[in-house]
Amino acid sequence: MQKVLLMGNEAIARGAIEAGVMVATAYPGTPSTEVFSTLADLAPEYGFYAEWSVNEKVALEVAAGAAYTGARAMVSMKQMGLNVASDALMSLAYIGVKGGLVLVVADDPGPQSSQTEQDTRKFAAFAGVPVFDPATPQEAKDMVQAAFELSEKFGLPVILRPTTRVSHVSQDITLGDVKKLERSCHFQRDPRWVILPKLAYKQHIWLDRVQAEVAEEFNDSPFNRLSLKGKAGIVTSGVAYNYVLEACQELKLEPSLLKIGTPYPLPPKPALEMLASCGQVLVIEEQEAVVEDQLIKLAWQNRLGTAISGKHDSYVPREGELSVDKVKTVLISYFNLPRDDMPEMDVAPLPLRAPGLCAGCPHRASFLAFKELMRRDDVVFTGDIGCYTLGAEPPLEMLDTCLCMGAGITLAVGMSKIEPERKHVAFIGDSTFFHSGVPGLIDAVYNNANIVVVVLDNGTTAMTGHQPHPGTARTATGVNGAVLDPGEIARSCGVKFVREVDPYLVSEMKTCAREALEFDGPRFIVARRACVLQADSLRAYSIDAELCTGCELCIKKLGCPAIVKNQVVQISAACAGCGVCARICPSQAICEVV
Amino acid sequence: MLNIVISGVGGQGTLLAARAIAEAAICKGFEVRTSETIGMAQREGSVVSHVRLGHNLNGALIPDHKADILLGFELAETVRAIGKLKPGGVIISNTHRIMPVSVSLGSAGYRSDKMISSLAQATDRLILLDATQAASKAGGYKSANVVLLGVLSGLPELPFHPADLWQAIMQHVSPRTRQINQAAFELGQRIIAENRNTVSG
Repeated sequence: MQKVLLMGNEAIARGAIEAGVMVATAYPGTPSTEVFSTLADLAPEYGFYAEWSVNEKVALEVAAGAAYTGARAMVSMKQMGLNVASDALMSLAYIGVKGGLVLVVADDPGPQSSQTEQDTRKFAAFAGVPVFDPATPQEAKDMVQAAFELSEKFGLPVILRPTTRVSHVSQDITLGDVKKLERSCHFQRDPRWVILPKLAYKQHIWLDRVQAEVAEEFNDSPFNRLSLKGKAGIVTSGVAYNYVLEACQELKLEPSLLKIGTPYPLPPKPALEMLASCGQVLVIEEQEAVVEDQLIKLAWQNRLGTAISGKHDSYVPREGELSVDKVKTVLISYFNLPRDDMPEMDVAPLPLRAPGLCAGCPHRASFLAFKELMRRDDVVFTGDIGCYTLGAEPPLEMLDTCLCMGAGITLAVGMSKIEPERKHVAFIGDSTFFHSGVPGLIDAVYNNANIVVVVLDNGTTAMTGHQPHPGTARTATGVNGAVLDPGEIARSCGVKFVREVDPYLVSEMKTCAREALEFDGPRFIVARRACVLQADSLRAYSIDAELCTGCELCIKKLGCPAIVKNQVVQISAACAGCGVCARICPSQAICEVV
Repeated sequence: MLNIVISGVGGQGTLLAARAIAEAAICKGFEVRTSETIGMAQREGSVVSHVRLGHNLNGALIPDHKADILLGFELAETVRAIGKLKPGGVIISNTHRIMPVSVSLGSAGYRSDKMISSLAQATDRLILLDATQAASKAGGYKSANVVLLGVLSGLPELPFHPADLWQAIMQHVSPRTRQINQAAFELGQRIIAENRNTVSG
């Protein structure tokens, strides 16, 4: 059989194509992004529709519209994207779908690239939507087919919830055949699609009833496996299954094992068998106590006295991600085994290497322009989600807040109403502006907020790997028919002060920033310069040792990774040629390499 | 099972290295798992790839003290991953240094001498080389990852031939840089040949 190396997200995309997906939508977000970027690359070949949507709510609604007609649709996002899409999801669970609708919501325990460690399995239970929890990329791919079938059988949207260690794990994957679904899709008018309160009540009854039916269906799912061995058992879900297997091997434990691939609604049959045959059960799952809580409920309802351990008695942490080492520690403590600590090695002290803005990043230049215009205490810089969040790091330290997508503008509105004597400047990226910044801007105009909005426009969604957005010339699969300009949007919203400027031109950017700060009412600056990772390469700069006085202003002000101190200050091969350091050097010691 | 940890700085090409090793192993009938650092940490931050080859594999993350091989793309980042190495494991490390901004700003130090002695303490099977300089000789410093793969390809632990690894690498490099990468790979092979006694285990 043919085996290929696929990353979990690529495997999920392949699963969707094998299941005959007809519409795919997404907004990028780590660790989910590659699900859709893979689908977008393959859409022309397999003939389905694919779009990068403006945000996750829009993405879900577009996919739902397709599913209303009977088409199979997949929408992908990261866990916090589901918060944005939740308005649509909660109602959609009541209304239901006709064609299969699968949401891929990738969780980020750790977290590695997120503001929260929220558990999408809990969200699924809240919405009343079934959820699959894969342990490996291969299982994730196999679950896609099952998720589409389940969605169509019960008329419910279904969630597939990989975590980082499925999404970004690569595995040798067995490919299946690609099915072309022969179905004619047509939206049929019916009162069932119009959610008035009376229908909502009726559908709520249906949704509650169907939970038990799905749980019964999951009793025989191949993704749930029970192996009874002794009186002590372990129940595990998702990637934690791998860690349990490996830790048990190492500790030479052979407990009864229930592996759960469908954590909500929990299948009662294997769970009850496990509880009935074991005197004690330890639940090992990443993040929240989703399986554990349902087991406790089942045990109580069935008057079973099995001792159930896990998160509630603090054996298993809720925070951070699990690993073989962590699970070993849990098992050693739970089964009272001797510890096998390795002696600690004495290792050289290591410098912190936090993520930071790239050499030549235009955001650095934008931050610099605002940094020195005012006393730092007289101005608040609100930030947003994207590469520029890294502007919070020293030496720039240019972000005072970061909350969620789009919140930079609106937090500034709120603060400006309480502290009118201070200046408020909101930094937001171009993709984030389209995602959820526009309503905040309209709010600022409508309520005459005295704030400066700076769109850091690098012409891409950089942090997640350079996806296009409504302000770029491309769509996911072709050419953008109407490129949207943030400046034009601001003007049409009624902003009187709108400027576009190239942040590499340090003095012009500074003048623009000064004028904006002096103006009253909402102001809007588009700092436009292509992401350095996508731009044409410029000529690098170097420091003339004769002219350099060693003041290190370039290092202290910019924190550019290409400027390094090795006895003397030098510019390394990482230089991208933005020239910002040359423009701020008081001794004109930095010049283009000729 | 063979466990390889690859550590480096975002942008050094650890992803390609992990992928090439995994693909070479699949061609020889092995199961593989790799785990990558993708997202925010890729911007100038520390990155680690885990690669596991064998049969009946489970998760992709290599537990502490279980890596057979630690392949470091940058000196400090090799040391950072040292807790993954098993007793008697092999370390191949680039001695090239990429100064984090924290060092230039003076808020942290970079003690190369102490780092190298940490590596020497961890194992006798240690190969240190300036892969970045070697890659520059081959025609482009960015091919340091391929130099290091060339070194790796000569380890007795690997279940495939160096030519298998080169075949896999070739799928991922542009035809434009193929010659440079081939020279880089061969340079790496020469370095491991000179160090055969160190790594024979």
